[in-house]
Amino acid sequence: LSANTAASDEILIGRIAQGDRLAMQVLFARHHVRVYRFVLRFVRNEAAAEDLISEVFLDVWRQADRFEGRSAVSTWLLAIARFKALSSLRRKPDEELDEETAATIEDASDTPEISLQKKDKSEVLRSCLEQLSREHREVIDLVYYHEKSVEEVAEIVGIPEATVKTRMFYARKKLSELLKAAGMDRGWP
Amino acid sequence: MTSNHKLSPGDLEELLPWHAAGTLDSDEAAEVERAIAADPELARRFALVREELTETILLNESLGAPSARAMETLFRAIDQDRKVVRRVASPSLGTRVAQFFSPRMLAWSASAAAVIVLLQAGVITRLVMEEHEGAAPPVQMIATDMPTYETAAAPIVSRGLEVDSYALVRFAPQASIGDINKFLDDHDAAIVDGPKAGGVYRVRVAHGSLSRQQLARTVKELEADKSIVSFAAPSE
Repeated sequence: LSANTAASDEILIGRIAQGDRLAMQVLFARHHVRVYRFVLRFVRNEAAAEDLISEVFLDVWRQADRFEGRSAVSTWLLAIARFKALSSLRRKPDEELDEETAATIEDASDTPEISLQKKDKSEVLRSCLEQLSREHREVIDLVYYHEKSVEEVAEIVGIPEATVKTRMFYARKKLSELLKAAGMDRGWP
Repeated sequence: MTSNHKLSPGDLEELLPWHAAGTLDSDEAAEVERAIAADPELARRFALVREELTETILLNESLGAPSARAMETLFRAIDQDRKVVRRVASPSLGTRVAQFFSPRMLAWSASAAAVIVLLQAGVITRLVMEEHEGAAPPVQMIATDMPTYETAAAPIVSRGLEVDSYALVRFAPQASIGDINKFLDDHDAAIVDGPKAGGVYRVRVAHGSLSRQQLARTVKELEADKSIVSFAAPSE
């Protein structure tokens, strides 16, 4: 299924490069929700995320003829989206809470300890996933949700493949620490 | 990522997240699978990875979808681009010839793109219609206290007291349509909606309402065949 989608994505990009508006609509319909969720995890603002996905796909419209097919279209989209999201955060630095502040705010309203008492295990796990740093959230989302391989994550994030593996390991380690602090000792690492 | 060398224990552990997501190549996936089968501690750690994967998917799915505004903004900008291109184009012979053929070319491209979409839809429709003819349409679960997840766009149709049980399922990338078809048959299941963002399908796993424990057990059974299913969770 994925291989078919990847192949037809490339066909669509070829048609978009020729100015085919319908091909653009098909590509947008296929990928916009995933791209939206990816940038939303960066900017944490729905309106800003919607603006960003418009910009991402407009770039695709304008640069489709430069796409060389060395990576999957979905990987290319996420790389553009990441660049746009980070640029947006740089333009408006006050809109991104630093991780410690964000964690403090979340803790104040619903600490993991309290969560454990009133919610089930999966909700605590999700709460701890939310508390990871942006870098750690990003790598976990790319691997688990966006189904990106080590090579693809390296391409999107712009880091060596070995660093991707290390970062994923430390993201998971941090997650375990947060869970332990919330009373859920997983016995790892 | 193809490697002819045996992976070290550290390498194997690092690859568990990609193995759970089904994004390793077949050689590495086979090696990790063998290691998990031989090492109970590695198997336990793999179970932790699968928990993380499940919750990451559910967390992302809970983020909802953008409004139509994003698409409107995009296509307004695209139409603006097209107008600008038309204005700056010089009326040379080549341009006039191109303009002569342009509508036909565009119509052809549009038709071809539409064919792709229809073909993809056809595969899934055939899968559902041929193999599960007569299957009931999705209906809402009633009177259950199990925690469930519903994708934002999934249609919910209530028809009196008729209830079925559903799961969200993501099929493994290497699974063919034939594999999926057989898998659904074996489990007396049917795709009723999808794919949603994240490649997730809504699958009817039983006629009638299952208890929380029964549905959890059924979902676990679906997940057991990792060559076909990379993710499954209870759904409404």
